[in-house]
Amino acid sequence: MNQFQYTRVTTPKAAVSAISTGNGSYFLAGGTNLIDLMKREVVVPERLIDINKLPLATIEKTATGLRIGAMAKNSAVAESELVKKYVPLLTMALNAGASAQLRNMATVGGNMMQRTRCAYFYDTAMPCNKRSPVQAGADKGQTNGPVGCGAIGGINRMHAIFGASTKCIAVHPSDMCIALAALDATVNVSGPKGDRTIPFGDFHRLPGDTPQKDNTLLPGELIMSVDIPTNKFADHSHYLKVRDRASYAFALVSVGVAVDMKRDTIQDIRLAMGGVAHKPWRLIEAEQFLRGKSATEANFKQAAMLAMNGAKGYGENDFKLTLAPNSIIDALKTATKTA
Amino acid sequence: MAEYENTGGKSEAPNASRRVFFKQSSALAALAMTPPAAMTAVANGLDEKVAAAFEQMPLHVEINGTMRTLAIEPRVTLLDLLREQLHLTGTKKGCDHGQCGACTVHVDGQRVNSCLTLAMTTEGSQVTTIEGLTPGGPDGPLHPMQEAFIKHDGFQCGYCTPGQIMSAVACIREGHADSPEEVREYMSGNICRCGAYANIVDAIMDVKKGGARV
Repeated sequence: MNQFQYTRVTTPKAAVSAISTGNGSYFLAGGTNLIDLMKREVVVPERLIDINKLPLATIEKTATGLRIGAMAKNSAVAESELVKKYVPLLTMALNAGASAQLRNMATVGGNMMQRTRCAYFYDTAMPCNKRSPVQAGADKGQTNGPVGCGAIGGINRMHAIFGASTKCIAVHPSDMCIALAALDATVNVSGPKGDRTIPFGDFHRLPGDTPQKDNTLLPGELIMSVDIPTNKFADHSHYLKVRDRASYAFALVSVGVAVDMKRDTIQDIRLAMGGVAHKPWRLIEAEQFLRGKSATEANFKQAAMLAMNGAKGYGENDFKLTLAPNSIIDALKTATKTA
Repeated sequence: MAEYENTGGKSEAPNASRRVFFKQSSALAALAMTPPAAMTAVANGLDEKVAAAFEQMPLHVEINGTMRTLAIEPRVTLLDLLREQLHLTGTKKGCDHGQCGACTVHVDGQRVNSCLTLAMTTEGSQVTTIEGLTPGGPDGPLHPMQEAFIKHDGFQCGYCTPGQIMSAVACIREGHADSPEEVREYMSGNICRCGAYANIVDAIMDVKKGGARV
């Protein structure tokens, strides 16, 4: 690991002020992704601002829903009685991710900030536009190795089928973010120019021509908390994660479903998919189709077909074009059944 | 860093202004040549100690019940601190990337991968390793989980075992050992290349059912 300057801060204000003083500075939260990337010299920070002592780990009920502090550990959120009661989809998604040890370390903000990535991003001998962006003036610490996309035409079994570009076909690996995208969460951030709120769907971005940017945070901005609005989905939520082994593996495809049921009718629904795009992938068309419909397999099939509009395989991941709709149907069946 | 020799001794020299000039110019040289840590050190008037300032930082952490005051490089992981500096070699380095769980220790009662934990982030924390799992330490009586691993043959080569045991103890304390299925799920962060999984699950279920205090 390279040498870096280490600064510990205890207030959000100090954190924002510290990170604004120079390029190559990174916030350090749980470190489960950043330290790993630093060991492989994929990311080479000049300075780490340790934000682990920030008092941002509260999980609370608000007038409009739940507010989860950015520094709350993934395990603490998953075990929270408030979360289990009001947004069980989030508990299911969190428990499907990583290992017990990593969930004890990883924070909510850090989970969102983990890199959209693939094996080519991690291997500094291989081409990667995300790690080695073409244009000048790119973020410091991300200029290792050759440019290009090794995954296009390469080993791409894990890769995107939606929203990819000619520059990058990596997927965002978070499970938690699939639940937050489905539940219409908003992200509260604080930065050098003040505070703002970002809708979860706008937080992560598609690769386009700038795959080095995973999200829409501005320089120096710090995630403070995530708000999840009150909903009627608690009784009919399901997170289906399809992966190569039963536990502790990234999703090939995952589906988050939250439904408000009245007898057999879908009053309202949220659907999001993981393992298929550079960002959590909301299935808006499928949601619109299912609203007001009865919970039948025929309707689920139709919704899954709509959800697959625009999907594109890259060879080894062509199986996802079948696996994804089947997973949607399966998840819908389970979610609409649960008592 | 030879430039610093130009700043001369500590005594008040008659050519004080010359000394200040050298001090400033050496600071500028440091700015040009060294990482940002040196810049802060210079700004704080620590120019004579720049090298030491960015190589070592103070850390106060309680390890297995003993409060330690240490000086470490910020890039040192908790795993390397334990093994290389404190010679607590019970905690193993497997993958060094958070994928195998051999390095599992408890920080403030929570099981974590020490290989992905920068030691500096444990300031003010309590760390427990396999050596500190029981009050008697390595020379005292075995922990019930250690007994169970022996009884159920929960290892072959033994390399993953300290991590497995630290994880297993946490698994029960967390309340995630109510069934073999749950144990398999919550122990998935500990890899055993010898494949002792079935026996590890048996050992954990035995301790759980036995009701021993873990």
